[in-house]
Amino acid sequence: MGLLSDPVRRRALARLVLRLNAPLCVLSYVAGIAWFLALVFPPLTQRTYMSENAMGSTMVEEQFAGGDRARAFARDFAAHRKKSGALPVAWLERTMRSVGLEVYTQSFSRKLPFPDETHERYMVSGTNVYGILRAPRAASTESLVLTVPCGSDSTNSQAVGLLLALAAHFRGQIYWAKDIVFLVTEHDLLGTEAWLEAYHDVNVTGMQSSPLQGRAGAIQAAVALELSSDVVTSLDVAVEGLNGQLPNLDLLNLFQTFCQKGGLLCTLQGKLQPEDWTSLDGPLQGLQTLLLMVLRQASGRPHGSHGLFLRYRVEALTLRGINSFRQYKYDLVAVGKALEGMFRKLNHLLERLHQSFFLYLLPGLSRFVSIGLYMPAVGFLLLVLGLKALELWMQLHEAGMGLEEPGGAPGPSVPLPPSQGVGLASLVAPLLISQAMGLALYVLPVLGQHVATQHFPVAEAEAVVLTLLAIYAAGLALPHNTHRVVSTQAPDRGWMALKLVALIYLALQLGCIALTNFSLGFLLATTMVPTAALAKPHGPRLECNGAILARCNLHLQVQAILLPQPPKYLGLQSFVLVARLECSGVISAHCKLRLLGSSASPASASGVAGITSMRHHTWLILYF
Amino acid sequence: MAAPLVLVLVVAVTVRAALFRSSLAEFISERVEVVSPLSSWKRVVEGLSLLDLGVSPYSGAVFHETPLIIYLFHFLIDYAELVFMITDALTAIALYFAIQDFNKVVFKKQKLLLELDQYAPDVAELIRTPMEMRYIPLKVALFYLLNPYTILSCVAKSTCAINNTLIAFFILTTIKGSAFLSAIFLALATYQSLYPLTLFVPGLLYLLQTRHINPNSAAAVHTCENEEQSLLDLFLGVCHDVCGKPSGNHLPLLLPSQLLGFHPRSLWLYINVFFYTIPLAIKLKEHPIFFMFIQIAVIAIFKSYPTVGDVALYMAFFPVWNHLYRFLRNIFVLTCIIIVCSLLFPVLWHLWIYAGSANSNFFYAITLTFNVGQILLISDYFYAFLRREYYLTHGLYLTAKDGTEAMLVLK
Repeated sequence: MGLLSDPVRRRALARLVLRLNAPLCVLSYVAGIAWFLALVFPPLTQRTYMSENAMGSTMVEEQFAGGDRARAFARDFAAHRKKSGALPVAWLERTMRSVGLEVYTQSFSRKLPFPDETHERYMVSGTNVYGILRAPRAASTESLVLTVPCGSDSTNSQAVGLLLALAAHFRGQIYWAKDIVFLVTEHDLLGTEAWLEAYHDVNVTGMQSSPLQGRAGAIQAAVALELSSDVVTSLDVAVEGLNGQLPNLDLLNLFQTFCQKGGLLCTLQGKLQPEDWTSLDGPLQGLQTLLLMVLRQASGRPHGSHGLFLRYRVEALTLRGINSFRQYKYDLVAVGKALEGMFRKLNHLLERLHQSFFLYLLPGLSRFVSIGLYMPAVGFLLLVLGLKALELWMQLHEAGMGLEEPGGAPGPSVPLPPSQGVGLASLVAPLLISQAMGLALYVLPVLGQHVATQHFPVAEAEAVVLTLLAIYAAGLALPHNTHRVVSTQAPDRGWMALKLVALIYLALQLGCIALTNFSLGFLLATTMVPTAALAKPHGPRLECNGAILARCNLHLQVQAILLPQPPKYLGLQSFVLVARLECSGVISAHCKLRLLGSSASPASASGVAGITSMRHHTWLILYF
Repeated sequence: MAAPLVLVLVVAVTVRAALFRSSLAEFISERVEVVSPLSSWKRVVEGLSLLDLGVSPYSGAVFHETPLIIYLFHFLIDYAELVFMITDALTAIALYFAIQDFNKVVFKKQKLLLELDQYAPDVAELIRTPMEMRYIPLKVALFYLLNPYTILSCVAKSTCAINNTLIAFFILTTIKGSAFLSAIFLALATYQSLYPLTLFVPGLLYLLQTRHINPNSAAAVHTCENEEQSLLDLFLGVCHDVCGKPSGNHLPLLLPSQLLGFHPRSLWLYINVFFYTIPLAIKLKEHPIFFMFIQIAVIAIFKSYPTVGDVALYMAFFPVWNHLYRFLRNIFVLTCIIIVCSLLFPVLWHLWIYAGSANSNFFYAITLTFNVGQILLISDYFYAFLRREYYLTHGLYLTAKDGTEAMLVLK
């Protein structure tokens, strides 16, 4: 504060900010980007380490040997599934019971917002099957989950086989202190969400599902398994959950420990981790992985069914078996052993995973960047907005008075109070309009969907896109309105004040987003900050640029938005952030556009999930 | 002038009524920034139902309101929303009339000093005109009623709003010159939470200076003090009667809310509020209303279990000090800090409690930043006020002995 209260130094600082504003802004922006790129180099990226004592020092010996059994189960499962055309519930129940689990089923149905492409259906209904292995040595207060999501196509049979074989093996052991839930869900994420909601006795997505008959304790950790071949060359691990939430880093460390122990090849974002971090190649390869992670996290989509567990504060990750052309392959025993080891260590947990990081970026499986180190990147980007705002504030003020009012030259020009009043009052209209536009972007596409399909010959998906386009088109009228409002009095001060408010607003929103989902915040900041900082009216026609800037904010209304049915599982009310609005506003539009495109060329929708589940992803995002 | 006030009141009540009807009300009433264990409506309801069951509301250590509050809502529980809207409206009206009168007093004093030639010759631009003072009371009402903090506090039915009303009426009656009524309201406010006790000093100073109490007799001060003391005793007695059974340890029964502050760790924070009263009284003895503003702000900052409702009360006074605007140094930075913190509260709370990713330190860092921002803002106002007073008597364009521009050093 000494700096701020000493008038001499203060004046020097002010002059610095005013004169060197442009270079400082550029410098700050470059520093932000450079900092982000530097994150992959060793001083900033650190080696991961196991923080949880309960999982660190204890040794376990994996004894799983049921490879043949797993393959047999998988074959049977695939055959039954082909015969019935859906999840063979009866077979699963029977098999799970035969290996000694307590078996329950849960049926669910949900009306989709868009008709399914392949089956032209709105209503999706399915059944989840789960078996509980009761811990022989403890009351059922805590549990672990191994889940296999089954889509409509016939993948993941081997995962179900392995799950059953592991269940049979686990059943024979005496050391379990936590219940283990073996869960097979139908319709990918839909089933998982239905099960999770029923397990925690909430209903956030308007899913109709039968209540669960059997429960284990509070879920401590979950592993989702996706495996579609008898042999794998590597295991890929996915951590990004809904809205960019990540599991505790210790869970990933645990996975990595057992991969190393079993000599399994494991990848992150489909990339092997570089061996050598000291030369340039290692970090460059790490940068690729990091960027892929940032893109995935920014999308806000859960990358695997584990992503839905995170929302219930269950640490979870997805393991995907990859079968590529690599020579050396592992059979199901190796994968099973890794899983057994993980579950045995998780079984040792005394309290929920909390020791390690929750906010991190991963340039490789054994390297991480913690929040304290990556936040400066976005901090530098936001500093640009801060500097610009400060410059505008000083310019606005210089008109009214000197930089240092006390003994300085008496303010010769504009008297301050009226100009200040004018500035603020004229800003209310454009700000309110842009707020309303943001709200419309959030609410109208979903609300207007049914109305539009009733009255116009358009499909649901098209209706949403058309509503979005209509709102954007309507938004184009805003600069004209603002122009009128602002230019009536003191045009120069008008746009300056408007830009000032817009800059602060944008910085705030980006900051909030970066805190909840760093990747999204950073990506938005890299693109929006230069635009926002450069927007400046030159001629009379461009005077509305400040208004355009205000309109930029439409995409990013940082508002606390209440869920229609807040989850009550904690006995508290949940609070949904803008990141979600972001999902609904920008990303959902994006997803839907992609969706429209994907119906034309299904080949483009590559990846594990496939078109249908992508659709599920989309609406899950929308409705969360 | 009444018409704009009515309009503001109508708008404020409409906004509140709409929010009460929306699904947001329940959500807001759970927010940690808006309600504290001391002012939570949920706990009032809990206390009432305990009372209905014939159990002492204080037995579970959940209910911390005063017996008078429970007595009040015993009758008005069905009209709670209305009560809170009315208390807000009353606060605004009280502040409106208080500031209207205060402005008259200020203007009279300024006129007197001008006639007495007490001001330096070149301070014409510092002299306040009736034109610029005309809308100040309205702005105060507007600042209080449409401040998001007040709205949130009202929609959450935080009992902090009632305390604000009592303090506002205390200010009104003090400015109107009614020593008795002001003592009553101060006693009521103090009875609800101990902190407003510190407002006794500026109130007394004001009454002494405006000659509502004969300043020559020290006995008058004693009278005033005794009066308040006896009133406080009276209220404590009343609660005793209302609550019925005096338990063996009846102090917690009578002063539940205050005793919550006496946690050993929070003790120094608790006393912190009182540290500033005497130095401020010495420095600002000529300006008791500004002293009152600073003291209210100090209470809002340093009290245990603060909520945004307390902040809203002192923010309502900002228009009164409009003339200090040109002397404020860091208003931009500080406004930004306060806005940023207000937005980050819910974000970090979400990350801590629901997402489980950021821990409590993130949230506490933000509360700390918010308080630092408030402290800097208040000291900015304080410094600006002192500077303006200095310039008024010494002239605006000071030069040092060597002819250069002088620099004021606050010591």
